[in-house]
Amino acid sequence: MTDPVIVCENLWHVYPGDILALQEANLTINAGEILGVIGQNGSGKTTLVKHFNGLLKPTRGKVLVKGVDTAGKRIQQLAKDVGYVFQNPNHQLFARTVEAELEFGPRNLGVPEKEVIERREKAIEFFNLQELRNHHPYRIGFPLRKLVGMASIYTMHPAVFILDEPTTGQDNVTTRTVYRLIHKLRDEGSTVVCVAHDMILLAEVVDRMIVLRDTRIIADATPREVFSNRELMQSTHLLPPQVTELSLRLKAEGKLPEIELSVNDMVAGIASHLAK
Amino acid sequence: MENAKPVIEIDNLTFTYSTAEKPALRKVSLTIYEGEYVALLGLNGAGKTTLQLCLNGVIPHLVVGEKAGVIKIMGLDTEEYPPRELAKLIGLVFDNPEFQLSQMSVAEEIALGLENLGIPTEEMPGIITNALQAVGLSGFEERSPFELSGGQQQRLSIASALAMQPKILVMDEPTSNVDPIGKEEVFAVAAKLNKEKKITIIMAEHEVEVMAAFSDRIIVLNDGEVILNGTPVEVFTNVEMLEKIGLRVPQVTEMTHLLQKKHNLSLTGKYPVTIEQAEEMLGKRLA
Repeated sequence: MTDPVIVCENLWHVYPGDILALQEANLTINAGEILGVIGQNGSGKTTLVKHFNGLLKPTRGKVLVKGVDTAGKRIQQLAKDVGYVFQNPNHQLFARTVEAELEFGPRNLGVPEKEVIERREKAIEFFNLQELRNHHPYRIGFPLRKLVGMASIYTMHPAVFILDEPTTGQDNVTTRTVYRLIHKLRDEGSTVVCVAHDMILLAEVVDRMIVLRDTRIIADATPREVFSNRELMQSTHLLPPQVTELSLRLKAEGKLPEIELSVNDMVAGIASHLAK
Repeated sequence: MENAKPVIEIDNLTFTYSTAEKPALRKVSLTIYEGEYVALLGLNGAGKTTLQLCLNGVIPHLVVGEKAGVIKIMGLDTEEYPPRELAKLIGLVFDNPEFQLSQMSVAEEIALGLENLGIPTEEMPGIITNALQAVGLSGFEERSPFELSGGQQQRLSIASALAMQPKILVMDEPTSNVDPIGKEEVFAVAAKLNKEKKITIIMAEHEVEVMAAFSDRIIVLNDGEVILNGTPVEVFTNVEMLEKIGLRVPQVTEMTHLLQKKHNLSLTGKYPVTIEQAEEMLGKRLA
């Protein structure tokens, strides 16, 4: 059973000054899907996903969120269903403390006060923000500030979670929290749309990838299909993760049966192949 | 590198910011030789940026704190020479080009640094042309820096540093806001400058796969101290130590480590850090 949560029908977007940013985008995202959006800077990735929560309205075509046309909706009305975590947390954070930041969203949605506090505490625990709860978000380092941005959307429990470059500017410790977050959202049945250049992240967490080039969606496939399509990868200037590239080469030489997407899968693949 | 001459000599450097309780750098001693491509690895807060600011004299001249130890750039003690003088030897490129860009055109952007160095106006066009050519931005002179892509902006930042004809280029996570092709562009330009112009490169990065492919040497900082210092293969062989402090190793290195540890697979030789090394190691085994 498919249950579409976001549908784009012939979506176009033109920015003021006649700058064409997106054309003919047709896309259906089903509930519970973990979707990666890839492509060069300027290909239209962020323009596309900003339509999902009403930050942008179509120039032509339409976008339906849970069956409702976003055209007549305000961002505040869509925020209940679609949470958007900005690439730059400075575009998002405004409260005076981390705690207040995490409380703002759910309170604004009318969540009962007791539950607001419960959600805040769960988020603080999950994102390891215990020591920062009374800090001003702008006085903590960028990687942790970015986690606060994710946590402040997480407390709103949106059905669709949009992450724009969640691992950019992060170190390995905070990056692991992003992995845990996406796995947790998957377990909770949320839909995740992740715009990223980080192929190691996407290879491990997404089920499906859409590839943009020059304002158009040019591919919609599984990570394996995308990474094995040399022509597609080259034309979009993308590189598979190191271990995936290695498995592609070994498979081409007939030395491995599968294309692997993560280190653990590669290790298991090699071990079982050698055991035969 | 025994025959190469040292361009950076750091002896027992400790630095504590005036606002901090503990030192940002502790007893750091390092020698970097002419023409090396050195990567700095470490978590945010490990001391990478502080170390870079020490190299161009911003520390101790412009940042308040307590410094012990000696840093010499091409033999000059940074304590005795102001950043203005050191800027002729060492160029800095930051992680976010937007912080660095301020001018109306690409040419003006580069001219700004030259003016600060007191270069005569009539010499500027030639220097600007050469710097833009070196980073693959010829013909971009009149463009607005803000219309450029992330990779182009970062290459412009490199050109601005390069115009001052430094011997050493220090880059602080130069590709953290750049798309994959932009990353490749920036690394390729740095590698070309390193090879062709013998410019010593010191680059802080998180992308271990790329660093493994490009650098001669990796220096790992943790909590202000140098904990590893060697070739990519030597450094990344310490998989467990690096993971313990929260750093990643290249995927193929981690893979090899797990194959040995979990599956008792004896893979002869050193751990691979690049795809080619891994392909060679596994190719024979899987044939």
